[in-house]
Amino acid sequence: MSEIIELSASALAEKLRAGETTSVEAVQAHLDRIAAVDGGERGVNAFLHVNAEEALAVAAEVDAIRAAGGAEAEALHPLAGVPIAVKDLIVTVGQPTTAGSKMLEGWMSPYDATVIEKIRAAKLPMLGKTNLDEFAMGSSTEHSAYGNTRNPWDLGRIPGGSGGGSAAAVAAFEAPLALGTDTGGSIRQPGAVTGTVGVKPTYGSVSRYGAIAMASSLDQIGPVTRTVLDSAILHELIGGHDERDSTSLADPVPALAEAARKGATGDLTGVRVGVIKELTGEGYEAGVQARFDESLELMKAAGAEIVEVHCPNFKYALGAYYLIMPSEVSSNLAKFDGVRYGKRVLPEDGPMTIERVMGSTRAAGFGDEVKRRIILGTYALSAGYYDAYYGSAQKVRTLVQRDFDAAFEQADVLVSPTSPNVAFEFGSKSDDPLAMYLNDVATIPANLAGVPGISVPGGLSEGLPVGIQFLAPAREDARVYRAGAALEKLLEDKWGSPLINQAPQLAAAIEEGAA
Amino acid sequence: MSAISREDVVHLARLAHIEMNDAELDKMTGELAVIVDSIAAVSEAAGDDVPATSHPIPLQNVLREDVVGKTLTPEQALQNAPDADENRFKVPAILDGE
Repeated sequence: MSEIIELSASALAEKLRAGETTSVEAVQAHLDRIAAVDGGERGVNAFLHVNAEEALAVAAEVDAIRAAGGAEAEALHPLAGVPIAVKDLIVTVGQPTTAGSKMLEGWMSPYDATVIEKIRAAKLPMLGKTNLDEFAMGSSTEHSAYGNTRNPWDLGRIPGGSGGGSAAAVAAFEAPLALGTDTGGSIRQPGAVTGTVGVKPTYGSVSRYGAIAMASSLDQIGPVTRTVLDSAILHELIGGHDERDSTSLADPVPALAEAARKGATGDLTGVRVGVIKELTGEGYEAGVQARFDESLELMKAAGAEIVEVHCPNFKYALGAYYLIMPSEVSSNLAKFDGVRYGKRVLPEDGPMTIERVMGSTRAAGFGDEVKRRIILGTYALSAGYYDAYYGSAQKVRTLVQRDFDAAFEQADVLVSPTSPNVAFEFGSKSDDPLAMYLNDVATIPANLAGVPGISVPGGLSEGLPVGIQFLAPAREDARVYRAGAALEKLLEDKWGSPLINQAPQLAAAIEEGAA
Repeated sequence: MSAISREDVVHLARLAHIEMNDAELDKMTGELAVIVDSIAAVSEAAGDDVPATSHPIPLQNVLREDVVGKTLTPEQALQNAPDADENRFKVPAILDGE
């Protein structure tokens, strides 16, 4: 494995600036890595599309600007030339966007998402598009229409979901940076089970324009990386107001990298860390709980004040989420009807009306989980059930927000395990939708309330990564970066190196499985 | 609250424009019943005095200047169309029969 792909994004950026390597070299090294570990029967399968030609062209452009020097070189973004992977829910001109669905197989977006425009403007070469559960619905990436993505820590296990492709790509050193989307935990939970960092920003702080909508009041684009600082720098790049997203906040982008650097001193003196009582104990694997408890001890020794907080309404959050999200899904996915774009499937017999074409198109184009959620949402919104289901769920949303408000009176940041369990084996929850939904029990409250959250590696349980989640009040994303970077530093001092260095040698594991 | 019946699912699938065969309807009915049971507690969680939240961070009066923005060309709009004719999307009959 070449050294260049093991660098963090910020370390690679530093080497590019110093002229110690070139962007073309960096992009080629990652393309080589993708060729070596992503394909084949036992490969990671993080990528649905590899964008080699364009990525190399952008890299060459950055190298030429740097070589010429002067004002244009000075003006380059700090991450210019550092390659990035993009979750295939985010639309891109020149590369297909599938959303992991047969419905959009081969679909070419006529426009770029706002975050993609920003990435182009900053000249980050795009390596390609990453796998996901169909329309981002799932916690294992097993619901993708294009096959499973394998967890680089154990190729027989799930990489989390829905953003399993982005998390696995970063964990497998196929990309130093990736973009994800988080509706109920789709950035943070894959981060947890792959030993990487993932951040769900404050709702509205990163434009959703061009992210194929799943549940519009919950969806949020965010960074997927191997270090907290890298997430902060990427978050600063993609954040900010966008008039094309009517839920976009007008606030300026906060100083997130600065907060991460402050956290990286490892000092948490005076920081009140609230342990959410309802998100520990029963239902959490013993190994997950043990790593969580150790993290609390480390933070306490670093000066943090550990307090216990209660969020009594969090027990209703999962139920409320599985009413609100499917309701929005049923509305948002109505547009996939075989009329203007995407798949069109004609009925086998009978009258050829548009209504029947829609029925057969959606039957063939959507997978089981998507259908389940559309039907559930249609039910929750239907006459006679609206008040009891959707209306009640919206009230629970208020109660969850009030729980957060009360908890943040007592604490600066809240902390919990990101996921109740480590990565599970393929197929072990496929036939039990409810068991799958429980994976997101700790991440969903943040989406309901719109608050920011980060997952950082917290160690291993039975050889598999455990994630620690920090949450902060809305608009206080800087706090999760400070706390996350501090815990990262404290744990890495203990381990002697980043957790990802303990991951098995991927090339050997792929060969072994194939043999 | 009543559990979800197979008849309900037939109706919902029609509303959602998703054609389903008998086996799919049976499976979906069973799965939805379990899911709906497990989330039913939500309806008892909040009293009448609790206001509903539709968006986590509500914004008021999101307006913009009344000027033409960036729009797709007809070619761009039609580039992914399953069927098109003379700058229009072409669809099967809206109504059955004549």
